Amino acid sequence: MAIPGQQPLSHLEEFMEGIWKQNPVFVMVLGMCPVLAVSVSAVNALSMGVATTFVLLCSTLLVSLIRNVVPKEVRIATYIVIIATFVTVVDYLIAAISLAVYEALGAFIQLIVVNCIILGRAEAHASKNPPLRTAVNALGMGAGFTIGLFALGSVREILGAGKLFGVALFGPDFQPWVVMVLPPGGFFVLGAWLLLFNWLKNRAAGSAGKLAEGGAHG
Amino acid sequence: MNGAPAVVATSSRAMVATLALVATLCGILIVSAYQGTLSAVTANKRVALERAVFKVVPGAVSVKEFVAGPAGIAPAGGVPAKDTVKFYAAYDAAGALKGIAAEGSASGYADVVRVLYAWDPARQAITGLGVIAMRETPGIGDKIYTDAAFLANFEALDARLDASGTALANPIRVVKHGSKRNPWEIDAISGATVTSKAVGRGINDSAQRLLPRLAPNLDQLRGN
Repeated sequence: MAIPGQQPLSHLEEFMEGIWKQNPVFVMVLGMCPVLAVSVSAVNALSMGVATTFVLLCSTLLVSLIRNVVPKEVRIATYIVIIATFVTVVDYLIAAISLAVYEALGAFIQLIVVNCIILGRAEAHASKNPPLRTAVNALGMGAGFTIGLFALGSVREILGAGKLFGVALFGPDFQPWVVMVLPPGGFFVLGAWLLLFNWLKNRAAGSAGKLAEGGAHG
Repeated sequence: MNGAPAVVATSSRAMVATLALVATLCGILIVSAYQGTLSAVTANKRVALERAVFKVVPGAVSVKEFVAGPAGIAPAGGVPAKDTVKFYAAYDAAGALKGIAAEGSASGYADVVRVLYAWDPARQAITGLGVIAMRETPGIGDKIYTDAAFLANFEALDARLDASGTALANPIRVVKHGSKRNPWEIDAISGATVTSKAVGRGINDSAQRLLPRLAPNLDQLRGN
């Protein structure tokens, strides 16, 4: 983000923001509603991630393009209309590509419109940055969100159904952990990933001699 | 912001103009997306429907949609009138009527369970079951489409009309696991009774409404 008096980030750093430093799922813990609800299988998780990335990229790009002409009093209304438009477009696109995915994701496609990651990016980043920088940042955030969803979806599908991408992994003797595809399983897996992520972060911070800063992040 | 000396007020006209412009642009985008994907979405729905019907009516190669109302049956099209039941007539390669498929739905354990059942006019029986949508507990409720013993109930489930032709001779019932005695009873899955009952109730409700209207008009379907 362009903070006055600070060196602007390179495009690579901008992209990595969403994947690592500000990962929407593991660091900011945003958009938990779709993350927990649709991450029952790897395919659903990936589709949701790609759909969200599409909406994020298109809407922030448009917001960035018109950032200088939209009066600030009506900016949020404008952003919502733009986001809702791209959500509707992605809704039609998914129905055209695969009805099975469309039915599996259900209402959560339409609910992308209230995903706080998207409005957050539009307001905090796209409205203050040129289109290219915005697009790079949105792609990074989208990729980070998709990675987060996939991390949950793959673990839940492997443990809860004994499959990955619908392919059986363990043979007929495997007894699926049904709880993993039920709502509590979503919380278990998310908790485990957050634990792992924070442990890695603390360890990295510790080895760099910045214990205090790392601890404050927890 | 930052103690700026004079805040320039934006005129209402500028705000309205911006919103109108953005809304117009977005409207155009939505309409183009709708038009662009309409044919693909329709084709997808058609394929999904055919796949579902062909699964419950083996040997069928084409399917036509109809509605059955108080006045008889008619090809489906446009907005369905009130008090009509939609059903699908499945035909084989030679164009002969192979079977009827219709949808039944009832509340299950988590949400509405929607099933598609096949009805064989010659045998006056339900001869196949497929699940269209359900959100039942994985590993328990989903046995309604994985459990071979449960699906065997639907190989020849009696669905004859009574003498007056206004209702089923014997309402289709779901009975406790292991206590099926009659051909119109469905043996429930042990441990998934609620979901099993939803399937039975959905089929019974739909068949009670559809079959009395359909049976006298079967020749109309054969002529197609």
